[in-house]
Amino acid sequence: MSSSSTSGCGKEDCGCVSRRTVMKGVGATLGAAAFARAIAPLTEWVDTLSVDEFLQRHYKELSLVDLKVVLRRLEKETKEQYGADVTISDTKPQEGVKFGYALNLSVCNGCRKCAEACHLENNHDRPSNQSYIRVFEMQKGSMDMEQGNAHYDKPVPQPDKFYMPVQCQQCEHPPCVDVCPVEATWKEPDGIVVVDYNWCIGCRYCEAACPYHARRFNWTKPVIPKEEINPNQGYLSNRIRPQGTMEKCTFCLHRTRNGRLPACLEACPTGARVFGNLLDPQSEIRWVLEHKRVFILKEDLGLKPQFFYFFDS
Amino acid sequence: MSAAPEASPSPSRPAFWRNFGRFLGNAALESLDGGKLFYIWMFCLTAIFLVGANAWAVQVRDGMALSNMSDHVSWGLYIANFTFLVGLAAGGVMMVIPAYLYHDEEMHDIVIIGELLAIAAIIMSLMFVICDLGRPDRFWHLLPPFGRLHFPVSMLSWDVIVLNGYLFINAYICAYLLYMRYLGQTPDPRWYVPFVFLSIVWAISIHTVTAFLYCGLGGRPFWNTALLAPRFLASAFVSGPAFIVLAIQVIRQAVGRHFGDGPIRTLVNIMRITILVNLLMVVSEVFTEFYTGGAHTSAARYLYFGLHGHDELVWWIWSSITLVAVAAVLMLLPSVFTKHWILNTACILAFIGIWIEKGMGLIIPGFVPSTLHEIVEYRPSAIEWKITAGIWALGLIIYTLFIKIAAGIVLNRTKLHAIPDEPPASESSPAPLPTL
Ligand code: SF4
Ligand code: SF4
Repeated sequence: MSSSSTSGCGKEDCGCVSRRTVMKGVGATLGAAAFARAIAPLTEWVDTLSVDEFLQRHYKELSLVDLKVVLRRLEKETKEQYGADVTISDTKPQEGVKFGYALNLSVCNGCRKCAEACHLENNHDRPSNQSYIRVFEMQKGSMDMEQGNAHYDKPVPQPDKFYMPVQCQQCEHPPCVDVCPVEATWKEPDGIVVVDYNWCIGCRYCEAACPYHARRFNWTKPVIPKEEINPNQGYLSNRIRPQGTMEKCTFCLHRTRNGRLPACLEACPTGARVFGNLLDPQSEIRWVLEHKRVFILKEDLGLKPQFFYFFDS
Repeated sequence: MSAAPEASPSPSRPAFWRNFGRFLGNAALESLDGGKLFYIWMFCLTAIFLVGANAWAVQVRDGMALSNMSDHVSWGLYIANFTFLVGLAAGGVMMVIPAYLYHDEEMHDIVIIGELLAIAAIIMSLMFVICDLGRPDRFWHLLPPFGRLHFPVSMLSWDVIVLNGYLFINAYICAYLLYMRYLGQTPDPRWYVPFVFLSIVWAISIHTVTAFLYCGLGGRPFWNTALLAPRFLASAFVSGPAFIVLAIQVIRQAVGRHFGDGPIRTLVNIMRITILVNLLMVVSEVFTEFYTGGAHTSAARYLYFGLHGHDELVWWIWSSITLVAVAAVLMLLPSVFTKHWILNTACILAFIGIWIEKGMGLIIPGFVPSTLHEIVEYRPSAIEWKITAGIWALGLIIYTLFIKIAAGIVLNRTKLHAIPDEPPASESSPAPLPTL
């Protein structure tokens, strides 16, 4: 370093401070002040977070007591932020159950009642009209999805079309799980792929990896009027997701693990949807798989989806 | 400037460590001192950086909705820049190979320019990743032992490890070499040569792993090609040397010292080959895509010619190809060695061309059409551009300061015992002190 910049008046050891040093000091102070102002929105954001939330462990590392505390905290936060009284539970998978879903393309008429029910059941963001289900209007005689259209608005069904709803296929070998760098998403023993919304860092790698466009990201904090909030919530399913995290269809596990049916199935007016335990030989879904012409989407990828399509023959 | 002896007797071990703090202090002081041009440069970069920092803070508060990314195009400009910068970091090693593998002595003197570039580029690429996270506050989930790094299954966990490893290796080599020089000692090869060779292997690994991030996704045919990793490397070995050549030119001007033309000649020779290899791979990929046709090639069709009336990326990719092709021609001209403007133009064109190709030309078409063949286009939002500019500005600030520190030490301006306890000998300065 050159000596000329440290001695002020040119004389050695005179003790005065150089103009340059003063300028540097002023510059540094101004710079720091400007930086503080620039990142001020960050502090507003930090104010909305709690220390408990920041330090919360991964779902699988929570003891039963920890989990209870977390559930109560989340209920309280929902009350504070959305004004709604909700119950958040955590139902575990049952032994000997592996869920499967099948959809009859011969009767689906493209009314999109399933997508709507999903929207309400899962406390989706209202302005973006989000849903885990996308229904494609397809050209009859072709399975080419490039000819499909998810934004049709004519009366349904159109004579030369058929309709194909697509949602998470709960792959047996889910690439979305493999790629997640922090294990925020995994496959449960009953075959449902879930996300710990409080562990996900929001990198969206899983969204890039999913070949079925089944994942949704919370680009912003979900907006839902308090009267419309579904109060029956699950930690791993339909509780309101935080901003900046990933979410996906969970086969409505807060319902199905308690013996009920998925909301999309209940809403379907044509009876196109069949849901059940793949391990139970008496189940309706097993009957469908054994007696119908069944196919799966993008079979060549080898992901072994637990979601099946079939036609009446 | 002090008249400290050129090679001081080697200090005892405790002194070795005790002086490290002072080394850092001296280096910091040195790096902040400069001429008018330097302050203007730093002022502008700081201003841009502040704009970017503000944009980022707003994005974190209000959500990534402020970007133009969507569930269909879930990665955009940030990951595009990340990918390019990993390449730039890997390309920085292109000076190390001739210097250490082929014992190019002239290269030895300035190899640090490339290694510092690698450090700055990795820092920037990590910042781009942070800016892309929906929840940056949960970054610690990636850090063992507190977090749960999904290793070795997730390619992203590999990337985290190799990028940080590369950062560490290069930081160590640079700090060691500079510190020894600062102490006036000869560096002990045992303490850095093994790391230099490690860094060469590692440079290849960072870009390969980053390519695997994309080509490991079976559901995205545009990326699902074995050519991706080699293409990454070829383009990295163009953009890295191109940036280094430009940096050398600027440093020459600023320091007023002419280091030999040899290194530049070597770098140009490297680029002459890699840029052609890169173009060759583009051609073979385009051939495979278009000669076979079929549904799997719709992303390539979208990229090069537009699809069903959507053509957001077409001008990006053609400007990239044009820039790289022109750069290739310029680099092959014999006069590239004699006329600086030809060389500089070629490097700038190649650099920008590869930036587009590795960014908008590679990441975005992976998402369009989407996996269910919907076409949702993407054009970066103002916030994304601001954050991107901010990170580049910060990267340039870091690189400038690094180079200044290194120059101060290499030119014997920053030295142990030079300041402040010994009164400076007034008239011993060899020349008017150059400022960077
Ligand atoms: S459909 Fe997509 S989100 Fe669902 S399990 Fe498969 S890869 Fe994961
Ligand atoms: S977005 Fe969340 S769940 Fe998806 S890969 Fe990233 S951290 Fe995992």
